[in-house]
Amino acid sequence: MIEQRRQNQPVYPSLEHLALYRQMLTIRLFEEKAIELFSQGLIPGSTHPCIGQEAIAVGACAALRPDDFALATYRGHGVAIAKGSPTCNLMAELLTRVTGCCRGRGGSMHLCDVERGLLGTNAIVAAHIPIAGGVALASKLRGRAQVTACFFGDGAACEGEFFETLNMAALWRVPLILICENNGYAISVPTSLSQSTPDIADRAAGFGIPSAIVDGNDPLAVLEAVETAAARARAGEGPTLVECKTVRWERHSAFSSGKYADPKEAFRWKAVDPIPRFAALLRERGTSEKELNLEAEAAKAEVEDAVEFALNSPLPGPETIYEGVFAGE
Amino acid sequence: MSSRVLSMSQAINEAIAEEMRAQPELTLLGQDIGAYGGTFGVYRGLYEEFGSERVRDGPLCESSTVGFGVGLAISGIRAVVELEFIDFAPLALDQIVNQAAKIHYFYGGQLTVPLVIRAPIASRIGMGPQHSQSLESWFMHAPGLKVAIPSNAYDAKGLLKTALRDWNPVVFIENVKLYGSRCEVPEEEYLIPFGRARILREGSSATIVAISATVPEAMAAAEALDEENISVEVIDPRTLSPLDSETIATSLRKTGRLLIMHDGYRTCGVAAEISQRMIEEAFDYLDAPIVRVAGIDAPIPSSPLYRQAVPTCDALIETVRRFMR
Repeated sequence: MIEQRRQNQPVYPSLEHLALYRQMLTIRLFEEKAIELFSQGLIPGSTHPCIGQEAIAVGACAALRPDDFALATYRGHGVAIAKGSPTCNLMAELLTRVTGCCRGRGGSMHLCDVERGLLGTNAIVAAHIPIAGGVALASKLRGRAQVTACFFGDGAACEGEFFETLNMAALWRVPLILICENNGYAISVPTSLSQSTPDIADRAAGFGIPSAIVDGNDPLAVLEAVETAAARARAGEGPTLVECKTVRWERHSAFSSGKYADPKEAFRWKAVDPIPRFAALLRERGTSEKELNLEAEAAKAEVEDAVEFALNSPLPGPETIYEGVFAGE
Repeated sequence: MSSRVLSMSQAINEAIAEEMRAQPELTLLGQDIGAYGGTFGVYRGLYEEFGSERVRDGPLCESSTVGFGVGLAISGIRAVVELEFIDFAPLALDQIVNQAAKIHYFYGGQLTVPLVIRAPIASRIGMGPQHSQSLESWFMHAPGLKVAIPSNAYDAKGLLKTALRDWNPVVFIENVKLYGSRCEVPEEEYLIPFGRARILREGSSATIVAISATVPEAMAAAEALDEENISVEVIDPRTLSPLDSETIATSLRKTGRLLIMHDGYRTCGVAAEISQRMIEEAFDYLDAPIVRVAGIDAPIPSSPLYRQAVPTCDALIETVRRFMR
């Protein structure tokens, strides 16, 4: 299926491909570092890595313009990086330092970078979906050609607000792209125990919303589908649902136990790991090993810098705890 | 200053219309708010003046309606969401308490949520257990929310105008019983700052703090008690978050006695919080225990028994008499 799709897809310049490759690697290394720092007690609470799902954030954000908006879930570090938020401030936020993108207030699950159009990652499953709908409505009311991408998981697709937003977004034809990162699990519950139909994309039809199912471990497939959705949204044709099939890394969060119903599931993602797959495609298209290595080194250096920056930044002082409870006070 | 007599419903309508004229992006969301004019007719004429884009009738889904309102607000478009009854607020509670209230804080101040959620209470008209509750204390329990609860047309207009210029989410609670109550409202523009209680009546023997629909009951009780030479001071806090503890404490230091009256359930109601604050701030001035004259801890029945569920003027008079002995 993937081979077939490749034949039809437009050929992107290899420079852009390399940028996508580097971004996926940056996210992977960022998440690996996050797990390491969590295990050292440097990240409070928990952290929810998107390892194995990098292609969705990277492919989708590559289809967005800098002034478009993105909202995502607590598993949203990848989207934040792909939307262009500096890794040093993101890592500092995970470590809840004052130099974090949210001044250490939000932590791993609450990232935000208004300047880059990242209007927040959210720790309440599906709550950001209607908020994204409202952001898209705002662009429409102002007559702007901005689109809003809303990332959420298969778990969120069972929540009422998902269905409510499908209805309202279609009714008001808002420029919203609903991107479902279907990784097969909601914490420990597999989709076979939570979803009435195998494809979440089917739900869009009931609201008159077009949908697509793509291989979520192929950044170019995601990019293409989101570009189509963005074009529709900008043309005033309303929302699209893009379901990206992917596989979750072994655990829900660094804090959770790794238990699955079927222990074989734990390493399922490695067989379809998007990064070596994409590297193979790039090689096939003529990218040299040296070029790939340069990108890998750059990604590694960026994440190391981010960790150093974060570790050297102070934690917020106790006197700041009431700051920002209310705006303008 | 010239004025005229307006009902609370008209005063709310006027506040919104004025701010919609002044703020070209201000948008109203809700159900039955278009040509229908709002569940209780508060929006009459707004759809005709401002059109369907800004007076946006929508589907019955409280949660995502508030969610869309939050989305507009963080984009810089001030929004007003009407929940038809405050009893429906639980359907939207996550958006109100976990999103609107906290977004400014947890995103390090990058986003603000200029959102007003209007929530009518229908506690005194026999609407039954799912349409008669006074849930105002729930919203005091959420840092990041402001809560206004006017008891008359003058306060309603001035407080709502303030709410519509605030950069924080405001839950604006209106008792349906008061919509028709009328008082003088200035023609000229005025704002009432949040966190300033109003002393409606001065007195020396006891302080009664009353909110929302209990204010007229407290005022009537005060008149009746006056004839028995019991002089009571009546205070309407007007906003619950922020709460003007100082005005209440000052009154308590003068009278030595405090009764707190509200329709909301007695347990963990607003009175419990006010009472505790007074214990902390003015304990030495108390000549008697603080008394709650509040809604009963039971669902509010549909039968005429509902009248027993909320405190009345007579109940207050009786309590004060006992209290003064």
